[in-house]
Amino acid sequence: METIKLQKIFDAKIDRGDMIEPKDWMPDDYRKTLIRQISQHAHSEIVGMLPEGNWITRAPSLRRKMVLLAKVQDEGGHGLYLYSAAETMGISRDEMIEQLHSGKAKYSSIFNYPTLTWADMGAIGWLVDGAAIMNQVMLQKTSYGPYSRAMVRICKEESFHQRQGYEIMSVLAAGTPDQKAMAQDALNRFWWPSLMMFGPPDASSPNTAQSMRWKIKRETNDELRQKFVDRTVPQAEFIGLTVPDKDLKWNEAKQSYDWGTPDWEEFNNVIKGNGPCNKERLSARIKAHENGAWVREAAAAYAAKQQQKVAA
Amino acid sequence: MNNNQGVLWEVFVQTKPGLPHKHCGSVHAADKEMAIQNARDVYTRRSEGTSIWVVPAEAIISSSPEDIGSFFEPANDKIYRHPTFYHVPEGVKYL
Repeated sequence: METIKLQKIFDAKIDRGDMIEPKDWMPDDYRKTLIRQISQHAHSEIVGMLPEGNWITRAPSLRRKMVLLAKVQDEGGHGLYLYSAAETMGISRDEMIEQLHSGKAKYSSIFNYPTLTWADMGAIGWLVDGAAIMNQVMLQKTSYGPYSRAMVRICKEESFHQRQGYEIMSVLAAGTPDQKAMAQDALNRFWWPSLMMFGPPDASSPNTAQSMRWKIKRETNDELRQKFVDRTVPQAEFIGLTVPDKDLKWNEAKQSYDWGTPDWEEFNNVIKGNGPCNKERLSARIKAHENGAWVREAAAAYAAKQQQKVAA
Repeated sequence: MNNNQGVLWEVFVQTKPGLPHKHCGSVHAADKEMAIQNARDVYTRRSEGTSIWVVPAEAIISSSPEDIGSFFEPANDKIYRHPTFYHVPEGVKYL
Protein backbone atom coordinates (compact mmCIF):
# COMPACT_ATOMS: atom_id res chain seq x y z
CA MET A 1 0.00 0.00 0.00
CA GLU A 2 1.31 3.46 -0.78
CA THR A 3 2.31 5.79 2.03
CA ILE A 4 -0.44 8.35 1.52
CA LYS A 5 -3.11 5.71 1.98
CA LEU A 6 -1.35 4.24 5.03
CA GLN A 7 -1.00 7.71 6.50
CA LYS A 8 -4.75 8.21 6.07
CA ILE A 9 -5.55 4.96 7.87
CA PHE A 10 -3.17 5.97 10.69
CA ASP A 11 -4.67 9.46 11.01
CA ALA A 12 -8.19 8.03 11.10
CA LYS A 13 -7.22 5.65 13.90
CA ILE A 14 -5.71 8.47 15.94
CA ASP A 15 -8.81 10.63 15.38
CA ARG A 16 -11.12 7.82 16.46
CA GLY A 17 -9.01 7.27 19.56
CA ASP A 18 -7.94 3.76 18.49
CA MET A 19 -4.66 2.40 19.78
CA ILE A 20 -1.69 1.94 17.49
CA GLU A 21 -0.12 -1.52 17.83
CA PRO A 22 3.49 -2.58 17.05
CA LYS A 23 2.86 -4.09 13.61
CA ASP A 24 0.61 -1.23 12.42
CA TRP A 25 2.05 1.20 9.92
CA MET A 26 3.08 4.46 11.60
CA PRO A 27 4.86 7.62 10.43
CA ASP A 28 8.62 7.62 11.05
CA ASP A 29 8.40 10.66 13.30
CA TYR A 30 5.73 9.04 15.47
CA ARG A 31 8.02 6.04 15.90
CA LYS A 32 11.06 8.23 16.60
CA THR A 33 9.20 10.38 19.12
CA LEU A 34 7.94 7.35 20.98
CA ILE A 35 11.27 5.54 20.98
CA ARG A 36 12.84 8.65 22.46
CA GLN A 37 10.11 9.15 25.03
CA ILE A 38 9.68 5.52 26.14
CA SER A 39 13.41 4.80 26.33
CA GLN A 40 14.05 7.97 28.32
CA HIS A 41 11.19 7.01 30.60
CA ALA A 42 12.80 3.57 31.06
CA HIS A 43 16.21 5.12 31.76
CA SER A 44 14.60 7.38 34.36
CA GLU A 45 13.22 4.38 36.22
CA ILE A 46 16.61 2.67 36.18
CA VAL A 47 18.70 5.72 37.12
CA GLY A 48 15.99 6.61 39.65
CA MET A 49 17.00 3.55 41.67
CA LEU A 50 20.33 5.18 42.53
CA PRO A 51 19.35 8.15 44.76
CA GLU A 52 17.14 5.87 46.85
CA GLY A 53 19.56 2.97 46.83
CA ASN A 54 21.82 5.36 48.70
CA TRP A 55 19.58 5.06 51.79
CA ILE A 56 18.63 1.37 51.87
CA THR A 57 21.42 0.44 54.27
CA ARG A 58 20.69 3.46 56.47
CA ALA A 59 16.89 3.32 56.69
CA PRO A 60 15.85 4.18 60.26
CA SER A 61 13.84 1.00 60.89
CA LEU A 62 13.32 -2.45 59.45
CA ARG A 63 9.86 -1.41 58.24
CA ARG A 64 11.26 1.55 56.33
CA LYS A 65 14.06 -0.57 54.91
CA MET A 66 11.66 -3.25 53.71
CA VAL A 67 9.46 -0.63 52.04
CA LEU A 68 12.38 1.16 50.40
CA LEU A 69 13.75 -2.13 49.04
CA ALA A 70 10.35 -2.96 47.57
CA LYS A 71 10.06 0.48 46.01
CA VAL A 72 13.50 0.36 44.41
CA GLN A 73 12.76 -3.15 43.15
CA ASP A 74 9.52 -1.85 41.59
CA GLU A 75 11.48 0.84 39.79
CA GLY A 76 13.79 -1.78 38.31
CA GLY A 77 10.68 -3.64 37.16
CA HIS A 78 9.14 -0.50 35.70
CA GLY A 79 12.32 0.15 33.74
CA LEU A 80 11.99 -3.34 32.27
CA TYR A 81 8.30 -2.92 31.31
CA LEU A 82 9.25 0.25 29.51
CA TYR A 83 12.31 -1.19 27.77
CA SER A 84 10.14 -4.00 26.45
CA ALA A 85 7.51 -1.49 25.26
CA ALA A 86 10.23 0.48 23.43
CA GLU A 87 11.61 -2.72 21.88
CA THR A 88 8.28 -3.32 20.14
CA MET A 89 9.13 -0.24 18.06
CA GLY A 90 12.23 -1.90 16.67
CA ILE A 91 15.05 -0.61 18.85
CA SER A 92 17.15 -3.19 20.71
CA ARG A 93 17.85 -3.21 24.43
CA ASP A 94 21.57 -2.92 23.66
CA GLU A 95 21.06 0.21 21.58
CA MET A 96 19.05 1.85 24.33
CA ILE A 97 21.62 1.06 27.00
CA GLU A 98 24.37 2.29 24.70
CA GLN A 99 22.48 5.57 24.20
CA LEU A 100 22.10 6.01 27.95
CA HIS A 101 25.76 5.33 28.64
CA SER A 102 27.02 7.59 25.86
CA GLY A 103 24.80 10.44 27.07
CA LYS A 104 22.80 10.51 23.84
CA ALA A 105 19.59 9.54 25.65
CA LYS A 106 18.48 11.58 28.62
CA TYR A 107 16.71 10.59 31.81
CA SER A 108 14.64 12.69 34.19
CA SER A 109 16.81 15.55 35.47
CA ILE A 110 15.44 15.12 39.01
CA PHE A 111 17.75 12.15 39.59
CA ASN A 112 20.79 14.37 39.21
CA TYR A 113 20.10 15.88 42.62
CA PRO A 114 21.71 14.30 45.69
CA THR A 115 19.81 12.60 48.55
CA LEU A 116 21.43 14.18 51.58
CA THR A 117 19.16 13.14 54.45
CA TRP A 118 16.59 10.48 55.29
CA ALA A 119 13.86 13.07 54.76
CA ASP A 120 14.83 13.09 51.08
CA MET A 121 13.34 9.57 50.83
CA GLY A 122 10.08 11.12 52.00
CA ALA A 123 10.33 14.05 49.59
CA ILE A 124 11.14 11.78 46.65
CA GLY A 125 8.23 9.42 47.28
CA TRP A 126 5.77 12.23 47.90
CA LEU A 127 6.88 14.79 45.30
CA VAL A 128 8.95 12.98 42.68
CA ASP A 129 6.74 9.91 42.50
CA GLY A 130 3.72 12.18 42.87
CA ALA A 131 4.77 14.18 39.80
CA ALA A 132 5.67 11.01 37.90
CA ILE A 133 2.28 9.47 38.70
CA MET A 134 0.46 12.56 37.47
CA ASN A 135 2.29 12.25 34.16
CA GLN A 136 1.79 8.49 34.01
CA VAL A 137 -1.93 8.59 34.74
CA MET A 138 -2.23 10.83 31.68
CA LEU A 139 -0.05 8.41 29.67
CA GLN A 140 -2.37 5.47 30.41
CA LYS A 141 -4.43 6.90 27.58
CA THR A 142 -1.51 7.42 25.21
CA SER A 143 -2.12 6.26 21.63
CA TYR A 144 0.57 3.54 21.50
CA GLY A 145 -0.79 0.25 22.89
CA PRO A 146 2.30 -1.27 24.55
CA TYR A 147 3.21 2.06 26.19
CA SER A 148 -0.33 2.49 27.46
CA ARG A 149 -0.43 -1.03 28.90
CA ALA A 150 2.93 -0.54 30.65
CA MET A 151 1.56 2.68 32.16
CA VAL A 152 -1.54 0.96 33.52
CA ARG A 153 0.64 -1.58 35.33
CA ILE A 154 3.03 1.06 36.59
CA CYS A 155 0.29 3.32 37.93
CA LYS A 156 -1.27 0.43 39.81
CA GLU A 157 2.05 -0.37 41.46
CA GLU A 158 3.20 3.15 42.15
CA SER A 159 0.32 4.30 44.27
CA PHE A 160 2.13 2.98 47.34
CA HIS A 161 5.30 4.87 46.42
CA GLN A 162 3.72 8.25 46.91
CA ARG A 163 1.89 7.27 50.08
CA GLN A 164 4.99 5.85 51.78
CA GLY A 165 6.85 9.09 50.97
CA TYR A 166 4.11 11.22 52.44
CA GLU A 167 4.05 8.98 55.49
CA ILE A 168 7.79 9.55 56.03
CA MET A 169 7.28 13.32 55.70
CA SER A 170 4.28 13.45 58.02
CA VAL A 171 6.04 11.43 60.72
CA LEU A 172 9.11 13.69 60.55
CA ALA A 173 6.98 16.83 60.47
CA ALA A 174 5.23 15.71 63.66
CA GLY A 175 8.53 14.76 65.33
CA THR A 176 11.21 16.75 67.16
CA PRO A 177 12.09 20.28 65.94
CA ASP A 178 15.19 18.82 64.28
CA GLN A 179 13.16 16.19 62.46
CA LYS A 180 10.65 18.76 61.29
CA ALA A 181 13.48 21.00 60.08
CA MET A 182 14.91 18.05 58.16
CA ALA A 183 11.56 17.46 56.45
CA GLN A 184 11.23 21.15 55.60
CA ASP A 185 14.76 21.21 54.20
CA ALA A 186 13.98 18.23 51.95
CA LEU A 187 10.82 19.94 50.70
CA ASN A 188 12.81 23.11 50.05
CA ARG A 189 15.34 21.25 47.92
CA PHE A 190 12.93 18.98 46.02
CA TRP A 191 9.99 21.31 45.37
CA TRP A 192 11.30 23.17 42.35
CA PRO A 193 13.11 20.25 40.72
CA SER A 194 9.83 18.28 41.04
CA LEU A 195 7.94 20.99 39.17
CA MET A 196 10.61 20.86 36.47
CA MET A 197 9.90 17.16 35.98
CA PHE A 198 6.91 18.09 33.81
CA GLY A 199 9.32 19.50 31.25
CA PRO A 200 9.79 22.98 29.79
CA PRO A 201 6.88 25.45 29.64
CA ASP A 202 4.47 24.77 26.75
CA ALA A 203 5.62 27.91 24.95
CA SER A 204 9.17 26.56 24.68
CA SER A 205 8.44 22.84 24.41
CA PRO A 206 9.21 21.87 20.83
CA ASN A 207 7.52 18.46 20.95
CA THR A 208 4.30 19.18 22.82
CA ALA A 209 2.01 20.30 19.98
CA GLN A 210 2.83 17.32 17.76
CA SER A 211 2.64 14.87 20.67
CA MET A 212 -0.82 16.22 21.53
CA ARG A 213 -1.94 15.82 17.92
CA TRP A 214 -0.75 12.22 17.90
CA LYS A 215 -2.42 11.71 21.29
CA ILE A 216 0.89 10.50 22.72
CA LYS A 217 0.33 13.14 25.37
CA ARG A 218 -3.19 14.03 26.46
CA GLU A 219 -2.35 17.06 28.64
CA THR A 220 0.41 19.64 28.25
CA ASN A 221 3.39 20.15 30.58
CA ASP A 222 1.90 23.32 32.05
CA GLU A 223 -1.53 21.77 32.62
CA LEU A 224 -0.03 18.85 34.52
CA ARG A 225 2.29 21.14 36.48
CA GLN A 226 -0.63 23.29 37.62
CA LYS A 227 -2.62 20.23 38.63
CA PHE A 228 0.35 19.00 40.66
CA VAL A 229 0.67 22.33 42.50
CA ASP A 230 -3.06 22.40 43.25
CA ARG A 231 -3.03 18.91 44.72
CA THR A 232 0.26 19.07 46.58
CA VAL A 233 0.14 22.44 48.35
CA PRO A 234 -2.76 21.41 50.65
CA GLN A 235 -0.88 18.17 51.45
CA ALA A 236 2.12 20.22 52.63
CA GLU A 237 -0.11 22.51 54.69
CA PHE A 238 -1.82 19.52 56.25
CA ILE A 239 1.42 18.35 57.87
CA GLY A 240 2.61 21.86 58.72
CA LEU A 241 5.30 22.25 56.08
CA THR A 242 5.77 25.34 53.91
CA VAL A 243 6.11 25.24 50.16
CA PRO A 244 9.22 27.31 49.29
CA ASP A 245 7.54 29.75 46.90
CA LYS A 246 6.94 33.32 48.04
CA ASP A 247 4.56 33.94 45.12
CA LEU A 248 2.30 31.05 46.01
CA LYS A 249 -1.27 32.27 46.55
CA TRP A 250 -4.75 30.76 46.25
CA ASN A 251 -6.69 32.32 43.39
CA GLU A 252 -10.37 32.19 44.31
CA ALA A 253 -11.56 33.18 40.84
CA LYS A 254 -9.80 30.37 38.97
CA GLN A 255 -10.06 27.93 41.93
CA SER A 256 -6.38 27.17 41.65
CA TYR A 257 -3.02 28.43 42.89
CA ASP A 258 -0.95 31.22 41.41
CA TRP A 259 2.70 30.52 41.92
CA GLY A 260 6.26 31.55 40.96
CA THR A 261 8.50 30.64 38.05
CA PRO A 262 10.92 27.72 38.14
CA ASP A 263 14.56 28.49 37.43
CA TRP A 264 14.60 27.25 33.84
CA GLU A 265 18.25 28.12 33.48
CA GLU A 266 19.04 25.61 36.21
CA PHE A 267 16.78 23.08 34.46
CA ASN A 268 18.60 23.45 31.14
CA ASN A 269 21.93 23.30 32.87
CA VAL A 270 21.11 20.02 34.63
CA ILE A 271 19.81 18.56 31.36
CA LYS A 272 23.05 19.51 29.67
CA GLY A 273 24.90 17.37 32.21
CA ASN A 274 25.97 19.98 34.74
CA GLY A 275 23.73 19.01 37.65
CA PRO A 276 25.19 18.08 41.03
CA CYS A 277 25.19 14.32 40.36
CA ASN A 278 25.08 13.78 36.56
CA LYS A 279 28.56 12.29 36.37
CA GLU A 280 28.12 10.16 39.47
CA ARG A 281 24.79 8.69 38.27
CA LEU A 282 26.06 7.81 34.83
CA SER A 283 29.30 6.32 36.05
CA ALA A 284 27.38 4.22 38.62
CA ARG A 285 25.16 2.87 35.80
CA ILE A 286 28.09 2.11 33.51
CA LYS A 287 30.00 0.41 36.32
CA ALA A 288 26.98 -1.73 37.24
CA HIS A 289 26.55 -2.74 33.61
CA GLU A 290 30.22 -3.59 33.14
CA ASN A 291 30.43 -5.46 36.44
CA GLY A 292 27.47 -7.56 35.33
CA ALA A 293 29.12 -8.56 32.05
CA TRP A 294 30.48 -11.85 33.42
CA VAL A 295 26.99 -12.86 34.56
CA ARG A 296 25.56 -12.28 31.09
CA GLU A 297 28.49 -14.14 29.53
CA ALA A 298 28.11 -17.06 31.92
CA ALA A 299 24.36 -17.28 31.27
CA ALA A 300 24.91 -17.24 27.51
CA ALA A 301 27.66 -19.88 27.73
CA TYR A 302 25.46 -22.10 29.90
CA ALA A 303 22.51 -21.75 27.52
CA ALA A 304 24.74 -22.65 24.54
CA LYS A 305 26.05 -25.72 26.37
CA GLN A 306 22.55 -26.91 27.25
CA GLN A 307 21.54 -26.55 23.62
CA GLN A 308 24.52 -28.61 22.48
CA LYS A 309 23.53 -31.35 24.91
CA VAL A 310 20.02 -31.42 23.48
CA ALA A 311 21.39 -31.58 19.96
CA ALA A 312 23.84 -34.40 20.80
CA MET B 1 27.60 -4.34 20.11
CA ASN B 2 26.66 -7.64 21.70
CA ASN B 3 26.05 -7.49 25.39
CA ASN B 4 24.79 -11.05 25.72
CA GLN B 5 21.40 -9.86 26.85
CA GLY B 6 19.83 -13.08 25.70
CA VAL B 7 16.79 -13.50 23.52
CA LEU B 8 13.35 -11.98 23.88
CA TRP B 9 10.61 -14.06 25.55
CA GLU B 10 6.94 -13.09 25.65
CA VAL B 11 5.29 -13.58 29.01
CA PHE B 12 1.76 -14.84 29.65
CA VAL B 13 0.33 -14.88 33.17
CA GLN B 14 -2.72 -16.64 34.55
CA THR B 15 -4.07 -14.53 37.39
CA LYS B 16 -6.36 -17.13 38.95
CA PRO B 17 -6.86 -20.87 38.46
CA GLY B 18 -9.42 -21.39 35.72
CA LEU B 19 -8.71 -18.16 33.85
CA PRO B 20 -6.82 -18.00 30.54
CA HIS B 21 -3.16 -16.97 30.40
CA LYS B 22 -2.92 -13.38 29.29
CA HIS B 23 -0.02 -11.60 27.63
CA CYS B 24 1.58 -9.08 29.96
CA GLY B 25 4.96 -8.14 28.45
CA SER B 26 8.35 -9.58 27.70
CA VAL B 27 11.71 -10.35 29.29
CA HIS B 28 15.24 -11.05 28.13
CA ALA B 29 16.87 -14.33 29.18
CA ALA B 30 19.56 -16.73 28.02
CA ASP B 31 17.45 -19.88 28.51
CA LYS B 32 14.00 -21.05 29.50
CA GLU B 33 14.67 -21.45 33.24
CA MET B 34 16.07 -17.94 33.42
CA ALA B 35 13.16 -16.67 31.34
CA ILE B 36 10.55 -18.03 33.70
CA GLN B 37 12.38 -16.76 36.79
CA ASN B 38 12.80 -13.30 35.27
CA ALA B 39 9.12 -13.30 34.31
CA ARG B 40 8.19 -14.13 37.91
CA ASP B 41 10.37 -11.32 39.29
CA VAL B 42 9.24 -8.74 36.75
CA TYR B 43 5.54 -9.51 36.37
CA THR B 44 4.29 -11.15 39.58
CA ARG B 45 5.78 -9.10 42.43
CA ARG B 46 2.30 -8.69 43.96
CA SER B 47 1.04 -12.26 43.65
CA GLU B 48 -0.61 -11.49 40.30
CA GLY B 49 -0.08 -14.99 39.04
CA THR B 50 -0.89 -18.65 39.62
CA SER B 51 0.90 -19.76 36.46
CA ILE B 52 3.33 -18.30 33.91
CA TRP B 53 4.10 -19.22 30.31
CA VAL B 54 7.16 -17.89 28.52
CA VAL B 55 7.47 -18.24 24.76
CA PRO B 56 10.45 -17.25 22.59
CA ALA B 57 9.19 -14.13 20.82
CA GLU B 58 10.40 -15.42 17.45
CA ALA B 59 8.20 -18.52 17.79
CA ILE B 60 5.02 -16.42 17.74
CA ILE B 61 3.28 -16.08 14.40
CA SER B 62 0.80 -13.24 14.18
CA SER B 63 -1.69 -11.99 11.63
CA SER B 64 -0.56 -8.92 9.73
CA PRO B 65 -2.44 -5.64 10.25
CA GLU B 66 -2.50 -4.81 6.50
CA ASP B 67 -4.52 -7.92 5.76
CA ILE B 68 -7.00 -7.87 8.61
CA GLY B 69 -9.83 -6.87 6.30
CA SER B 70 -9.68 -9.93 4.08
CA PHE B 71 -8.28 -12.14 6.82
CA PHE B 72 -11.27 -11.76 9.13
CA GLU B 73 -13.79 -11.18 6.36
CA PRO B 74 -15.20 -14.75 6.24
CA ALA B 75 -16.84 -14.21 9.64
CA ASN B 76 -18.46 -10.89 8.80
CA ASP B 77 -21.53 -12.15 6.90
CA LYS B 78 -22.36 -15.03 9.21
CA ILE B 79 -24.58 -13.35 11.70
CA TYR B 80 -26.51 -16.61 12.02
CA ARG B 81 -23.67 -17.74 14.29
CA HIS B 82 -25.06 -15.43 16.96
CA PRO B 83 -28.14 -16.30 19.06
CA THR B 84 -29.70 -12.90 18.39
CA PHE B 85 -30.22 -13.95 14.74
CA TYR B 86 -33.11 -16.24 15.68
CA HIS B 87 -36.74 -15.35 16.31
CA VAL B 88 -38.26 -17.11 19.26
CA PRO B 89 -41.94 -16.81 20.22
CA GLU B 90 -42.46 -14.48 23.14
CA GLY B 91 -42.98 -16.14 26.48
CA VAL B 92 -40.90 -19.24 25.80
CA LYS B 93 -38.55 -19.90 28.71
CA TYR B 94 -35.00 -21.20 29.10
CA LEU B 95 -34.03 -20.57 25.49
